[in-house]
Amino acid sequence: MNALEIHGLSLTAGAFRLGPVGLALSQGEYLVLMGATGSGKSLLVKAICGLLVPESGTITVGGTDVTQLPPRARRIGYVPQTSALFPHLSVLRNLTFPGEVAGQGLHQAREGIANLVDMLGLESLLDRIPPTLSGGERQKVALGRALAARPALLVLDEPVSALDEPSRRDICRVLRATHQELGIATIHVCHSLAEAKSVSSQVGIMDRGQLLCLGALPDLFAHPPAHPAVRALLGLDASPTTSEDPALPAKGNV
Amino acid sequence: MLMPRPVGSARESLTILSFVALGLFALAILTLLAADAWYLVTHRIGFADVARILNAPEVRRSMLLSLGTSLCSLVLVLAFAIPMGYALSRYRFPGHAFLSTLVDVPIVLPPVVTGISLLAFFGTGIGMAVKELLRTAHISLISGVGIVLCQFLVSVAYCIRATTAAFDEVSGEVEDVALVLGCSQWQAFRRVTLPMARNGVIAGGIMAWARAIGVFGPLMVFVGTGPHVQVMPTSIWLELSIGNVEASLSIALVMVLLAGLALALVHRLAPGRQWT
Repeated sequence: MNALEIHGLSLTAGAFRLGPVGLALSQGEYLVLMGATGSGKSLLVKAICGLLVPESGTITVGGTDVTQLPPRARRIGYVPQTSALFPHLSVLRNLTFPGEVAGQGLHQAREGIANLVDMLGLESLLDRIPPTLSGGERQKVALGRALAARPALLVLDEPVSALDEPSRRDICRVLRATHQELGIATIHVCHSLAEAKSVSSQVGIMDRGQLLCLGALPDLFAHPPAHPAVRALLGLDASPTTSEDPALPAKGNV
Repeated sequence: MLMPRPVGSARESLTILSFVALGLFALAILTLLAADAWYLVTHRIGFADVARILNAPEVRRSMLLSLGTSLCSLVLVLAFAIPMGYALSRYRFPGHAFLSTLVDVPIVLPPVVTGISLLAFFGTGIGMAVKELLRTAHISLISGVGIVLCQFLVSVAYCIRATTAAFDEVSGEVEDVALVLGCSQWQAFRRVTLPMARNGVIAGGIMAWARAIGVFGPLMVFVGTGPHVQVMPTSIWLELSIGNVEASLSIALVMVLLAGLALALVHRLAPGRQWT
């Protein structure tokens, strides 16, 4: 059973059309979605999370068709670029938020996150409020909060884009360690090849609403697709992503 | 904290002009406020006299009615302004600009027009039917109900503006995360959006309450000045109309104090201070 399966997903946002996109992500895989700004990566992950309604296609998470389910019923952990921590709640209450929403008391929810707090090294931050945290600390807390929901799929939308270089490296190290420890299938949106190399087991490249290719980075470098947008993102061509070529078939299996 | 002085004589004169205008306006407001107290002092009306005036049964009744009706209208205002502000902030729909302008109408409309419009409405078929319905429930519009209606119509727009701005400050991404983490839309609103917008919503409520307690024109037109519908502004006018300046100024001082308290609270809740 795949952690995520998408078949023929398409949606329109203003003048932008996403898809049709199809992909399958096995349990324990770490997929990095790359693409230029405006290529549709964030729309795709928002559709997976249930924050945008697709016009057609199906989304299956952990064997359950979630296409018609609200975001809360999809068993997804979500970290947006801005971390979007709840500023009126302490770090502890941010972390216990999923448990409390699910009906647990604070004490029970706190017990539920004890391992996460240890794993991510958040103990010293628990009493602080988000506006007092550094960018890197915020993203760690946001990751912890997403994992506290015990998701079947983790969706990270540009989790390190807003950070300085040392913080990026630190968060990427944390993401690798967390993924090794928990083995949760992950989709990670980014622009940077270095970031993709650092964390991914698979890479998907998007351009103009289409998923152009999907595969392990070494395979993509060994057999680089001809599409100029893919070659530009892989650093194989200096040319920008300005191709007018029709997109390649948008179907892959990880 | 003083900002560094801008370079160039034109900007310097602009700075001077800005501060002169600010100073003159502050002086004018303080003078007007001080004039109330000064009048009482020069006419040898002390605290004991003011207390005696305010303790008179009809004045006490008008103050209690003002307080009661303005708090009722505040509840109504919040019940309408919170969902309306949320809708105007979060959704873009056909007619959004029209509705957004429409809710501002009471801000620019002379308050007395609201009273006349109410009179006109209750003279129409629908208005008569509503009045008849209220009559069967033994509710008269020439009562606290009419007062609350006037106060609500005049003050609700201030709160809608404030709540819209407050919800604008809450990023949609934060709500999205709450939804994915297990919240229904209602739970996300109650646990995240509303607490984050809290200061703006409370400030809007206070502004609306301060506006409601000062409503005068519509009340004169719609509910009149009968003893059982006298609120503080009507009492001030009635006392003044019989030449009792001391009594009207004493009640006015209470209103000034209430307005000052409301403003202090609003500034304490100023946006930008909340999450820093």
